[in-house]
Amino acid sequence: MSGHPPSTYEPKTGIERWLDTRLPIVRLAADLMDFPTPKNLNYWWTFGGILAVCLVTQIVTGVILAMHYVPNADMAFNSVEHIMRDVNYGWLIRYIHANGASMFFLAVYIHMARGMYYGSYKAPREVLWLLGCVIYLLMMATAFMGYVLPWGQMSFAGAVVITNLFSAFDQVIPGLGTAITTWLWGGFAVGGATLNRFFSLHYLMPFMIAGVVVLHIWALHVPGNNNPIGVEVKSKEDTLPFHPYYTVKDGFAIVVFFILFAWFVFFAPEALGHVDNQVMANPLVTPAHIVPEWYFLPFYAILRSIPQKLFGVLAMFGAIAVLFVLPWIDTSKVRSMRYRPTARIFFLMFVAAAIGLGWCGGKEPDDMVITMGHTATGDPTGFSVVWFSRILALYYFGYFAILFFLGLREHPLPVPANISTPVLGGAAMPAGSAAQAEKKG
Amino acid sequence: MARKTLIAALFAALALGGLQAPAFARTTQAEFRPVPGGFGFEQPIFGRFDQASLQRGYKVYAEVCSACHSMNLMYYRNLCQPNGPFFDPKHPNPNDAPVCKAIASSIKVPDVDQDTGDPTTRPATPADHFLNPYPNKIAAAAGNGGAAPPDLSVMARAREGGPLYIYNILTGYTDAPAALTVPDGKYYNPYFPGDVSSAWSGPKDKVPPGGFIAMPLQLVPGRVTFDDGTPSTAEQEAKDVATFLAWAAEPKQTERKEAGMAVMIYLLLLAGVLYGSYRTIWRNVGH
Repeated sequence: MSGHPPSTYEPKTGIERWLDTRLPIVRLAADLMDFPTPKNLNYWWTFGGILAVCLVTQIVTGVILAMHYVPNADMAFNSVEHIMRDVNYGWLIRYIHANGASMFFLAVYIHMARGMYYGSYKAPREVLWLLGCVIYLLMMATAFMGYVLPWGQMSFAGAVVITNLFSAFDQVIPGLGTAITTWLWGGFAVGGATLNRFFSLHYLMPFMIAGVVVLHIWALHVPGNNNPIGVEVKSKEDTLPFHPYYTVKDGFAIVVFFILFAWFVFFAPEALGHVDNQVMANPLVTPAHIVPEWYFLPFYAILRSIPQKLFGVLAMFGAIAVLFVLPWIDTSKVRSMRYRPTARIFFLMFVAAAIGLGWCGGKEPDDMVITMGHTATGDPTGFSVVWFSRILALYYFGYFAILFFLGLREHPLPVPANISTPVLGGAAMPAGSAAQAEKKG
Repeated sequence: MARKTLIAALFAALALGGLQAPAFARTTQAEFRPVPGGFGFEQPIFGRFDQASLQRGYKVYAEVCSACHSMNLMYYRNLCQPNGPFFDPKHPNPNDAPVCKAIASSIKVPDVDQDTGDPTTRPATPADHFLNPYPNKIAAAAGNGGAAPPDLSVMARAREGGPLYIYNILTGYTDAPAALTVPDGKYYNPYFPGDVSSAWSGPKDKVPPGGFIAMPLQLVPGRVTFDDGTPSTAEQEAKDVATFLAWAAEPKQTERKEAGMAVMIYLLLLAGVLYGSYRTIWRNVGH
């Protein structure tokens, strides 16, 4: 097992020696920088660092926005516009924060997909994966409440729809759902009290995320990183110190990610938003077409694919809950899908199903995927979005069942003995890349 | 176990749910006509507002729209800030710009007499909001057949299509088809999102697109006389006021795009430097 080797930090000055015997914080930082990291990590592994930067960006811009924002139902919308118009570089800070949420989710989905493909959730990294699921859940709650704060029409409609999901529990125990929603709203409808508490929680939760991120990194540093071949580190030859090798590689990836981020912030800041949210919330007018932000669309499609509300809500939460038990569902002895060709196909179909569900979530349920004819009033008939999302949702859940049975039966490809000599992998990585690097360097 | 129950529940729900999909009213809208010459400012990187068009657009707003529509997020000083309609580099402080002082002082805004506390009016200053034509929303609705004219501050960001939507609404009034019963005090506009099927007595599959709008046709040729001699066709007036409203909806748009250029150049250079560092540091690693 890898993990932290004995510390090599040596305090050089008197102050460092004094501090080291009282609070060895410099030693901690030095050991983190020295952490032996598998040398074969590819660019999919840079998203952890990208996510850390996303979290810091959101917290810093969010704290500044909170200096100017007014969490009051009558003033919230205009205070956001005040930030955009009159606060120095307020437009920049707000656009970073609003698009930063989307970038955060983009990165976290890639990070999760990487973990699923390379089997990073498997023993001994189950706790690492579970903590990641907790972070994802907190992110979703934070993003949802943050979207409510500008108090536009879609903010309001989103708050109504999502909080009303809990009223489905009236079908379990009459009155339970109503009690929950009243408690969430702080009244009998979404209103000023709801906005104020959402603001409070939206400010709190990022710091909870930061706390769980510390645990996530701790849980990473006990077993050490997984890697693309999924074979544990066997010797020192398999690893490199985190700094400078991965600080520079992550740094490069972060800047490339920032280029995409900056494109949205400066050249298309409202491409991911919705025009209805530029209209101040009005409880008497409901937007014609309520859609959540893109990162919630797959779950929204699952919710709408089931006509019975309670089952719809359960399926939607189940789609997230199933991730928590993934380490115990996957029965395969082999971690990386690089050596599981069948599993790889099912995984790619899973990614396609999730994206397809996202597409469905952005459409009206009655829209047609394939139009076959027309009704008397001219409405198209055929294969509808709601049926498409039902099929995709079945596959979404079915994938986890497939993983269970596939692991018991499949014949994986031979797995390399270790990271340094992955000769059996074949496609694993080009031999002699060091020489090539020198030639090009 | 929980997973199997869930899947079973899913199947059960699918079986029970069956095929019934609810039929509900849909809003429709005619496809937008392009604006002559296009809205150059919409180009994501290099698009900039045409200052002459912004000035003409402000005049359309001031002489036509402002009779009924508020712009509560706008101040007279905004008109003279960098990239605004009347920005003059000789007067970088918009509160001191003579044009904005003159525009503001020609408008009387409500205030409170500092000696007696009685309501009064005074000439506006550049620091004042655009004057709201109605004292409150009830008055606005009462003066317009029950439909309060919406605030125009962010209108160009608040509708699908933005400025193109505004252009199409303003120039899109047509005579209603014979089979369409237009309610009193309303006007048919094919570009106004709505559902007119309940007022339609023609064939059910030929319901015209669009909706009923409470605002009558406003922009006709010659409604506004442009100071720069531009012929005031209805299309020109609509294009200019849509441009002005697009600027007003995001007055910092030009600053945003200019900053974006600098940021992109910096990030690309930094990415290049970091990639070089990465290749150098990793050159001896077989991986």
